[in-house]
Amino acid sequence: MTQVPNVFIALQRNEETRPIVDAILADNPGALLDEQPAMVKINVPGRLVVRRSTIEQEIGRDFDLQELHVNLITLTGHIDESDDEFVLSWVH
Amino acid sequence: MQIDLRTVSITPLRQTYNHIADYLGADKAASRYVEATMGVQGTTNFHYRPTWDPEREMFDERRTAIKMKDWYVLKDPRQYYYGSYTQARARMQETAESDFDFVESRGLAESYDDGARRAALDFYIPLRHVAWGGNLNGGYQSAYGYGTAITQASLYASMDQLGIAQYLTRLGLLMGNEAELEAGKHAWLNAPAWQPLRKYVEDSFVIKDWFENFVAQNMALDGLLFGLAYREVDRKLNERAGPTISMLTRFPAEWFPETSKWVDAVVKATAAESAENKALLEKWYAHWVARAQEALAPVAQLALGEEAGEALARVRAQLDARMAKAGLAV
Repeated sequence: MTQVPNVFIALQRNEETRPIVDAILADNPGALLDEQPAMVKINVPGRLVVRRSTIEQEIGRDFDLQELHVNLITLTGHIDESDDEFVLSWVH
Repeated sequence: MQIDLRTVSITPLRQTYNHIADYLGADKAASRYVEATMGVQGTTNFHYRPTWDPEREMFDERRTAIKMKDWYVLKDPRQYYYGSYTQARARMQETAESDFDFVESRGLAESYDDGARRAALDFYIPLRHVAWGGNLNGGYQSAYGYGTAITQASLYASMDQLGIAQYLTRLGLLMGNEAELEAGKHAWLNAPAWQPLRKYVEDSFVIKDWFENFVAQNMALDGLLFGLAYREVDRKLNERAGPTISMLTRFPAEWFPETSKWVDAVVKATAAESAENKALLEKWYAHWVARAQEALAPVAQLALGEEAGEALARVRAQLDARMAKAGLAV
């Protein structure tokens, strides 16, 4: 059996990203959380989705997925984004 | 010379306060909102019973017929504690200020259609007094309510109503002059169209049960009034004379959907707690929303003429849909 390659997203570790991280963990079963000093990295096999609606539930206000970039450090995979979802995967 | 940079990972001994960890069930990082809310309500070591209510403690769960095992489940989805609340309002205020500046600097108030100006002033200025009533009721809920989760949010809503009253005052001064404020107060006290609404507001002042007060003010009255004033009447004035009034009422118009999220979350959590709570909320809501709709009818008539009935029915349907979504049988 071949291992599905991981995709990951790394965000700064602060008050603004906590709800985002919680939302990613809720939406991606199999996500592995790697908390480092000042940085939080989330590894997911194959496909990682960031859902706007889940983040909005966490923070109780409207959220624009572009706000992600304020605290984004780095990521891997191909990006497929809409107004509602920000998806990382190796599918091209 | 070579310098090696090395990161040293220092894990904190604890992620949050002990009482927060107990509440969350684990020592994990908690949001500022949770840390500023949970366990803040005073529960023990009260000095003596208040002379104005010797039956109960200074802070007492029994001041409402609503019963909750844990009052902290009435959390605010906006997660407002003092810091986040003031920042959010400061941003809204900045927008509102620039809208007022815009109207002033372009002379939009002077060029506004005079018939529409009269209609707008006659309708919006007496609402200052309704907003002041909302301020008083929010203060009451906050003072006699139980559990920081709801009492802090009630106080914010109370201050917001005061802000709304001030914006309406400024609308009066910008579209008219000081005499308009006097005329608005006179209409509030004497004009037949305003008396049912004034009776509603004054009756709400003497509701003893603070949760019923929340139903009468935040669910029923605000739910209908804001839909009517800042959607229906606003749209009608726009059609007639352009969006000047919309700019001047931007704060209350944007405040309403945001605050509705909080109101709906409180209703949802309270109704989900027990069948008794649900039945009580349904009873209170049915009573107060019917009264509010009756009280608003002549005022809607004043602003919308023959379209009033339809507009009010639309607003009522929207509010009923909100409450049904929050779990009430309406």
